[in-house]
Amino acid sequence: MSETPEELHYAPSHEWARLEEDGTVTVGITDHAQDALGDIVYVELPDEEQQVEAGAEAGVVESVKAASDIYAPVTGVVIAANEVLEDAPERVNEDPYGDGWFFRIQPDDPGELEDLLDAAAYDEMCSEEE
Amino acid sequence: MPEVSELQAVRHYTNLSRRNFSIDNQFYPLGSCTMKYNPRGAHRVASLPGFTGRHPLAELPASQGFLACLHELQEVLKAATGMAAVSAAPMAGAQGEFAGIAMIRAYHDARGDTERREIIVPDAAHGTNPASAVMCGYVAREVPVGADGDVDFEALKAAVGEQTAGIMLTNPSTCGVFERRIADIADVVHDAGGLLYYDGANLNAILGTARPGDMGFDVLHVNLHKTFATPHGGGGPGAGPVGANERLAPYLPTPMALREGDAFRWLEPADAPDSIGRLSAFAGNAGILLRALAYARMLGRDGMRRVGEFATLNANYLMERLRQAGVELAYPERRASHEFVITFRQEAKEFGISAMDIAKRLLDHGIHAPTTYFPLLVPECFLIEPTETETKEELDAFVAALTQVLGEVRTDPERVKTAPHNLPSARLDDVKAARDLRLVHGAD
Repeated sequence: MSETPEELHYAPSHEWARLEEDGTVTVGITDHAQDALGDIVYVELPDEEQQVEAGAEAGVVESVKAASDIYAPVTGVVIAANEVLEDAPERVNEDPYGDGWFFRIQPDDPGELEDLLDAAAYDEMCSEEE
Repeated sequence: MPEVSELQAVRHYTNLSRRNFSIDNQFYPLGSCTMKYNPRGAHRVASLPGFTGRHPLAELPASQGFLACLHELQEVLKAATGMAAVSAAPMAGAQGEFAGIAMIRAYHDARGDTERREIIVPDAAHGTNPASAVMCGYVAREVPVGADGDVDFEALKAAVGEQTAGIMLTNPSTCGVFERRIADIADVVHDAGGLLYYDGANLNAILGTARPGDMGFDVLHVNLHKTFATPHGGGGPGAGPVGANERLAPYLPTPMALREGDAFRWLEPADAPDSIGRLSAFAGNAGILLRALAYARMLGRDGMRRVGEFATLNANYLMERLRQAGVELAYPERRASHEFVITFRQEAKEFGISAMDIAKRLLDHGIHAPTTYFPLLVPECFLIEPTETETKEELDAFVAALTQVLGEVRTDPERVKTAPHNLPSARLDDVKAARDLRLVHGAD
C-alpha cells in the first residue's frame, strides 16, 4: 500500500504540495505515482525564476514504462529545483516525499492549496482508479 | 575475411539469425505495429535488376518504369484513402506526420491565419503525435479519452477554438476501438477553422472498407511498412507516404511522380510552388515503395477489403477466446478493431506479477511479446494485434500459452517473475540502459 502523508496537499494529477514555514511550497510526485511509473530514469525540472501556473506543465518525469508531464499545483515563481534528480532520478522512487522532491514555488496565493485534495480524498481517488 | 573460413562465417551468422525473434519464426502480436507476413513475391519483384540497377540520378528516358510504378502507387493510395493527391516522399511514419502537420501550418500561414497555435491530440495517442506538433512549432493540447475508448466529445468541444490549427487522430484509435463520433469531431474542428490529420498507424483495420477522406480528414500518412506489408522492425526502412484533399494538396512534399499522357516525370519546383519542400534526397525509400505496390497489385481492391476484414476477425476471435479464458479486457463493451487491450492489473495487485513479467514468460513459449504498457491510459496492459496473416491454429496456440502463464502466476509466480528461462539472455537491465545513456561509440 502506498503512503499518503496526512499533512500534504494532493493534485488529481498525482503531485503533492507542502506549505513550508517560510511560505514557499515544495512539490513532488506521490508514492502512488512513483510506484505506478516504475523505475524513474529521467526528470526534467523547471528553471529557477520560471513563472508557473496551477494546472500547467512544469516538468517531465520519465520511467522505463512512460513519460509523464508534471503539473504545478499552485501558481507562482519557481525558486528552487532539486538538481540532485538530474543525476540520481532514482531518489524519486526511494524517497518521494523527501529527497525526491522536484521543485519549490513562491506561491502568488497560498490559499490555492485549499483547492487541492487532502490525503483521504487522494487515497479514495487512487482506489477508484484501480 | 582471412581470419575465418567461409563455413565458419556462415555458421556464425546463421546461428546469430536463429536467436532472432521474427515474423518468419514466431507469432508476433505486437500491437500497433501490424507485424504481418511480408510476401516473398513482393520482395522478388522489387529486386528485379531493372529496379536495383537503376541509378538514382538516371535520366527520365531510363526511369520510365520506376516512375510509372511510383505514380501507380500514388494512385493506389489515393483510391485506398479517399485523398486527392499523394506524395510517397516521407521515409518513415514520423516523417509522414511531420509532413502532414507542416502542410497544415503552410495552409494556415498562406491565408495569413497565423494565430492558430494548438494541435489537439487525444491522451491515448502515439507519442509521435505531440512530438510532430511541437516539431512544427505548435503546442500540443491533450483531450481525454472516455471509459469507452472514444475521445471525450464534450472535452473536445471545449478545447476547440480559434487557436486550433488542427487535430491528430488515429482511427481506429490506440485503444483498439473505432472512433464512433468521427463525423461530429470533423464538424466541430472544421467549424472552428481547424484541419484534421489522420495518423495511418491503424489503417490495416479499415483497409478496403472505410476511407479517412470520407470521414472528413484533410491530410494523412500511411505506414507502408505496416498496412502494405513491407519489412520493418529494427529501425526500418519504413515509408510514410502522405495524402491530402484538394485544399492541402498544393503543399505536399516532393519528390512526386507526375504523368503526362503516356510519359512520366518528376514534379519540378515550378509545378508545386507551395510545396513544403523536398523530404528525401532521391526518391524516398524506393525499394519499399516498390514492394508496397507489388503487394497492393497482388491484393487488388477485393483483396484489400479482405485484409481489413480478416485483421478485424482475427482480433475479435482472439479477444473473445481470451475473455472466455478469464482475461480482463480494457474495453469489454466494445468490439475490437484489428487490435485490443487487455489488463493484468488484478495479477499485479494480487500476485505482484506485472505485464512485463507475463510478456517475458511468453517468450519462453516462442511467442514475441505483445506491446506492453501502451496505451499509457491502461495499467499493466498488453496491446495485442494478431494481423490477418495468422491462422486460427496460431491464435489458439497463443490462448493456450497465455492461459498456461496465467496459471503459473497463481501456482509458481517466481517462475514468471524470473522469465525468460530458455533464451540466450534473460532480463536486460533497461533501467541502466535508460539512466546511463551512451549514444556515441568509443566516447570516454
